[in-house]
Amino acid sequence: MTDDLAISARGLVKVFNRGTTVRALDGFDLSVRKGTVTGLLGPNGSGKTTAVRILATILAADEGTAEIMGLDVNKNSADVRRTIGLAGQYATVDENLTGRENLRMVGQLTHMTKATAKLKAEELLERFNLLDAGDRTVKTYSGGMRRRLDLAAALVAEPPVLFLDEPTTGLDPQSRNDLWEIIEQLVANGTTVLLTTQYLEEADRLAEDIVVIDKGKVIAKGTPAELKAQLGTTVVEVTFASHEAAISASAVLEEELKKSPMREGAMLELTVENGPKVAADVLRALDAAGYDILGLALREPSLDDVFLSLTGERTKAELAVADAPRKGRRRTTTPEEVAK
Amino acid sequence: MSGVTIAQVEKLPPAQRLMWAFRDMKVVTWRNLMASLRIPEAIFFSSLQPIMFVLLFRYVFGGAIPVPGVSYVNFLMPGIFVQTVCFGAVATAIGLSEDLSKGLIERFRALPMARSAVLAGRTTADLVRNIFVLVILTVVGILVGFRLDNGVLNFLLGCLVMIVFAYSLSWGFAIIGLKAPNAETAQLMSFPILFPITFASGAFAPVETMPHWLQTFATYQPVGVVVAATRSLMVGGPFLDTTKIYWAFAWSAVLLAVFSVLAVRSYRKVG
Repeated sequence: MTDDLAISARGLVKVFNRGTTVRALDGFDLSVRKGTVTGLLGPNGSGKTTAVRILATILAADEGTAEIMGLDVNKNSADVRRTIGLAGQYATVDENLTGRENLRMVGQLTHMTKATAKLKAEELLERFNLLDAGDRTVKTYSGGMRRRLDLAAALVAEPPVLFLDEPTTGLDPQSRNDLWEIIEQLVANGTTVLLTTQYLEEADRLAEDIVVIDKGKVIAKGTPAELKAQLGTTVVEVTFASHEAAISASAVLEEELKKSPMREGAMLELTVENGPKVAADVLRALDAAGYDILGLALREPSLDDVFLSLTGERTKAELAVADAPRKGRRRTTTPEEVAK
Repeated sequence: MSGVTIAQVEKLPPAQRLMWAFRDMKVVTWRNLMASLRIPEAIFFSSLQPIMFVLLFRYVFGGAIPVPGVSYVNFLMPGIFVQTVCFGAVATAIGLSEDLSKGLIERFRALPMARSAVLAGRTTADLVRNIFVLVILTVVGILVGFRLDNGVLNFLLGCLVMIVFAYSLSWGFAIIGLKAPNAETAQLMSFPILFPITFASGAFAPVETMPHWLQTFATYQPVGVVVAATRSLMVGGPFLDTTKIYWAFAWSAVLLAVFSVLAVRSYRKVG
């Protein structure tokens, strides 16, 4: 075990028996260097949350070992809990208490003095823009506010290792940005963050290392750049006037290039190694077949593309959620949250 | 933050750990009491139910239940007190089940707090609530004719006997709260246990009037013993039976020992 690792896990296995047997984790490995952000990426049900819960000592693994800052999650769980902060997938704050009371409670439960807990609560309320709502019961908070409070609660003890399990799900774009800035600040000050997310944009922006998990196993890891480089170097995007045109043109391109394009609405995408040459071929073929195109673009592959190619057997529809940010279909807030 | 090292995470002496466990328990107790204060409707209706029982038995059934030596209301009130504090244990089951389904216990489990604090804080908060309901019920009892004929001290000792017992029972119902799939089911699971032990106990009618097989159960089962002990202290006279008081404490101790171990075990398994 090297000293520069904040989080390390070897061969974690977790099997759930709920009617059917599910191997939520199936030999999961993870190494997170101190002071870095690692993005744990994967579709729903891939085992992200199970991994986080094991690392946060909430759940015991069936097999394998894990250490946080060199502390074993089973043998030193009490010490591990003093080292970590956890913001869960669901905002776990007490809705019958006020925001202020929630933060003070967490402070006291991390064994601060009453006075320190009080100060810390004020500081966090201010930082998360909750001062005005501080004396309202959480029941009256919007989804976004709960989220912020939940995160604030995870930061009360200023833990050196922070687990953020889909932290920005349900936040409006502004709050999401604020949150990203807070995370960046924390990391700049030395905090290690393990971030699970379905938003590739989020991982791309925050994470230095990315681990892609599917069916309880790591299927790829590296820096965002490395992951993108694993893939073809360029994506060729062709936009048509209608879905129908895109569908029929897809057949033409497949015939011509011996490679089937991905279709997204009225747009066709080809991930290729020699972008400019393919683009020229595409134009020639479409022109010969009499298609009018609205746009042609060459771009670097995004993490979405990496994700799609790695979890290839899934259909695009299944990945709609994970795929959402780049396509503008991202579910940031519900209308009620905006209204509040 | 950059200065934070493993050095802060040191091994703690047992005395310090115990002190922290106690502090954690206090914080969780405060949180539970605070949360229930925020729902005044719940306090109102949870006090109303035992009051209804007092009125029902005092005025509806009371006339038909003859008791030797004392007025029915004096016989009844210790029984109602015990029944009420026992039913208070349902709150333990419901409360824990709710915390569990809302993910709050998950947050607690990731905090460096004592593992016992969630359970101890819940049962202690329910104990405080029980004391509050007992005060209200005493006032109602006095209004309908209940008299502290055996002295205030004995009355308070009687309260102590049942509060201690109800606290033990709370730990048992904590197990239900942790095992039940949701709060509603936790409540439904509680009643089939509570009804037989509180009603077949001599709380409302003399045990001697029951069929023989039931008498044995009603006399020796924990709630029956606690009712007899409480009545011995609060009413005395024909009901004086000091051994029952020791037996009541013995039952409480045994149940607390068994239930707390089982509850902590279920708590560790949750999640």
